[in-house]
Amino acid sequence: MSELRTHLEIGSSPHVSSGASVDVIMRNVFMALLPACVFAVYAFGLGVLMILLTAVLSCVLTEHVICRLSDKPTTVGDWSIAITGLLYGMTLPPDLPLWMVAVGGIFAVAVGKSLFGGLGCNAFNPALVGRAFLQAAFPQAMTHWALPFSDDRFSSIPGSVLAMPFAEPVYDAVTAATPLARMKFEAVQAESPDLLFGLTTGSAGETCALLILAGGIYLVARNMMNWRIPVSIFLTVALITFVFMQVDPTVYPRPTFMLFAGGLMLGAVFMATDMVASPITNAGCWLYGVLIGVLVVVIRFWGGMPEGVMYAILLANAASPHIDNLIQPRVFGTRRSDG
Amino acid sequence: MLNFARKDSFRHGIHPPEMKEDTSRLSIRRFPFAPVLVVPLSQHLGKPAKPIVRPGQEVVRGQVIAEADGFLSVNMHAPATGTVKKIALAPSIGGNMIESVFIEPLPAATQEVDDGEPCDIATATPDDIIAAVQRAGVVGLGGAAFPTHVKLKPPEGRTLDTLIINGVECEPYLTTDHRVMLEQTEDIFMGIRYLMKASGTREAIIAIEGNKQDAAERLAECCPKDLPVSVRVCPVKYPQGAEKMVISALLGREVPSGGLPADVGAICVNVATTAEIGRLLPVGGGIQERVITIGGPAVENKGNYRIPIGTPVRFALEHVGASRGVSRVFLGGPMMGPAVSNLDIPITKGTSGITAFEMLDVEESTGHKKVYPCIHCARCVEACPLFLNPSQLGILAKMQEYQRMTAEYHLMDCFECGACSYVCPSHIPLVQYFRLAKKMVRKLDAGR
Repeated sequence: MSELRTHLEIGSSPHVSSGASVDVIMRNVFMALLPACVFAVYAFGLGVLMILLTAVLSCVLTEHVICRLSDKPTTVGDWSIAITGLLYGMTLPPDLPLWMVAVGGIFAVAVGKSLFGGLGCNAFNPALVGRAFLQAAFPQAMTHWALPFSDDRFSSIPGSVLAMPFAEPVYDAVTAATPLARMKFEAVQAESPDLLFGLTTGSAGETCALLILAGGIYLVARNMMNWRIPVSIFLTVALITFVFMQVDPTVYPRPTFMLFAGGLMLGAVFMATDMVASPITNAGCWLYGVLIGVLVVVIRFWGGMPEGVMYAILLANAASPHIDNLIQPRVFGTRRSDG
Repeated sequence: MLNFARKDSFRHGIHPPEMKEDTSRLSIRRFPFAPVLVVPLSQHLGKPAKPIVRPGQEVVRGQVIAEADGFLSVNMHAPATGTVKKIALAPSIGGNMIESVFIEPLPAATQEVDDGEPCDIATATPDDIIAAVQRAGVVGLGGAAFPTHVKLKPPEGRTLDTLIINGVECEPYLTTDHRVMLEQTEDIFMGIRYLMKASGTREAIIAIEGNKQDAAERLAECCPKDLPVSVRVCPVKYPQGAEKMVISALLGREVPSGGLPADVGAICVNVATTAEIGRLLPVGGGIQERVITIGGPAVENKGNYRIPIGTPVRFALEHVGASRGVSRVFLGGPMMGPAVSNLDIPITKGTSGITAFEMLDVEESTGHKKVYPCIHCARCVEACPLFLNPSQLGILAKMQEYQRMTAEYHLMDCFECGACSYVCPSHIPLVQYFRLAKKMVRKLDAGR
C-alpha cells in the first residue's frame, strides 16, 4: 500500500472548468478585426497602416502607464486594450494626423476605460469615447475623407498624417464626401456592391462591410459574440428605412444602403457588442439593438450629421445598465402558474 | 413568457466532459472492511440519530446502532460485525466534528447481513412503508442525503401524481446509478412498488440520460407488465440530475422558487435509493453499505464498489491503489463534490463517489488561473439552470450586498451546481461567493 500524502489541496467546487478565458476571447476578437484592417491598409495605403499602429500603441502604452502609476500589475496582456486600440484606429479618417490619433488614443483609455475602473467597468465603449473626443476637438480633420486606391498609396505617406503636433495639417490627398454625406446633402446613393467591397470613402476600417461581417460571423460561431445585438440593429434600421422609402424614395435611401454605408456594420458588429457596455440578458440585448437602430436612423435622417452610429452606440451604452435593471432573467419557478 | 423548453430536457445547462467510460462497464465489486469503521450519527439532513450501543458492545452487521430522533431523522445500522470501540467526535467532510460510532470489525467478519423486521408490500399500509423506510435508514443516495420517508408524506393539501425515479446521474466520473440500474433492475421495480404505494402516486417515470442507453433498454425490458412505469431518455446535459431540473425535463413543470416538488405534484427519488428500498424492505434490512464510484486520473483500479458505510477515504483509496501524486480528492464528482481535506473522514450514505486528481490534472483542468474582472459575457446567465444572474450576484457578493442578493436576485434558490463557475472566462469563483453569501444570510437571519 502506498503512503498517501496528508496535505491535500482543497477548493470550492466545481473543480473543473470549461477552459474559457478572457484573454482567449479578446485575442479572437482582435483576430476577427484583422481582415478588415488588412483591407484598410490595402485600400488607403501606408498612412492608414501608421494610423492603426499609432492607435494601438497609444492605447496600449496608456493602459500600461496608468497601471504602473496606480501600482497595479499591467493589464495589457488581456488583449482587451489592443482591441480598443485597433477599433479606435479603424473609426478614424484615413489621413488624420498621427498626433491627433495619439491624443485620442490616450483619451480613450484614460477617460473611457481607466477612469471607470478598467476592464469590466467601462460604461462606454472606450474606442468610441476616443473618437467622440476627436470629433469634438478636431471637427474639420475628422470629416476629411481621402479617396481610396490612390496610385501612390504604398510609396508615399500623406503629408497630413505626418503633420507636426498642434500644427494645421496640410492635405495633399484627393478627397471626396462619404456615401452618407452624399446621400444626406446631394441625395445620391452609392451602389451596394461598392459599399460591400469597400470601394468608397470612409473611415479607415469601416468601408468593407463584407470583411467586417465575416469577422462577426467567426466570433458568433465561436460563441464569443451575442449575435442578437447586430441582428436587432440590422433589422431595426432596415425596417424603419423600408417604411420611409415607401413614403418618399427620393428623400429616403434604400435599406441596403443604410446597412452597408458608413460605420453601421463596424459599429453593429464590433462596437455595440462590447460585452462590458451591453446588457447581459438576451431580451435586454434585443432592446439595446433596437434602441441603437432607431437612434442611427433618427440621427442619419434628421440629425445635423450624416453619420450617427457612434452617438447611437454611446447613448445605448448609457442606457445599458438601465436595460439590465429593467430586464432580468425570469427566475425558475417564479411568476408562472404551477404545473 | 413564451416557453421554449425543448422536449425532454430543461433550459440552459452545460456540457462538461462526461468521463464515465472508465467505470461504466465495470461491474460492482465488494469492498473489504477497514480496520476501523466510523459511522457518523448525522449523515443526513435533519436531526442526528441517537446511539443505542455502548463502547465495548459487540454488534452484528445490519443491527441498528442508533435510532431516529424524531421524524426528520433515520436509523443507523452496523456496517460490520465487530466491537464498538468508542462513541466520539470524528472529522466530517463539512469540516466540523460529528459524533460517530467507531466499530472495529472482527477479523473473520463476513459480509453476511442480519435481517430485521420485513415489510410486506401486499399488506403494508402507506404509513407502514414510510415507517419501514425510516427504520431502514434510507436517505437520498444521490448526494443530498435527505431522509426519503419525509418526501413520501406529501404536505397537507397536496396530492402527488407522479413518481420520478432519478437515474440521470449527470455528474462527471460517476457511474454508480448506471451500474445499479444494470445490476439491481429487479430491486428498482420492487422499490417503485413500495414508493408508489407509500406516496399514492399513479404513475412512475424512470429518467435516464442518453449516455446510459444500455440501462434504459434493460429497464424497459424488465419492466413488470402490471406497473405503470415508463422509461424516458433525456439528452445529456448538466445538471439534469437536480430535482428541479429533472422534473422540468420530464413534466415541463417548474417547482416554485423556494417550494418543493410536492408543490407540482411530483416526488423525485434517486434510482439507487429506490433499489435499496426494494432490496431492504422485503427482508427488513438497513443501509449499512452503498455503491460508490472510485475514479479519477489518480486512481489505479477505478470502478464501482459496494462499500461499507464508515470506511475511511484513506482506506478506500489505498485499497484501489491511488497514485502517490494524488493532490485533490472529492466526495462525489468534480462539479459538485466537496474537496476532502482530511483522508480520515468516512464514506457516508450521501457519498456517491470518490474522485481523485493528480497535481497535473488539477493544473490542466482548473489550475490556479488568473481571475479577471467580470466582462458581462453572459455565459453564466446562459448556463444557470435556474435562470439566475450569476454575474450580478457575483458583483454584489464582492460588495457584500447579501440582502440585495436574496431579495432581488434569488440567491437562496441557487443549489450550487457550479455551471456558472464552469463557464466563466474570467475564472471568478462564483459558487464559492454564493456559498459564503448564503452562510452570511443565514447567520444574519438567525441573529434577528
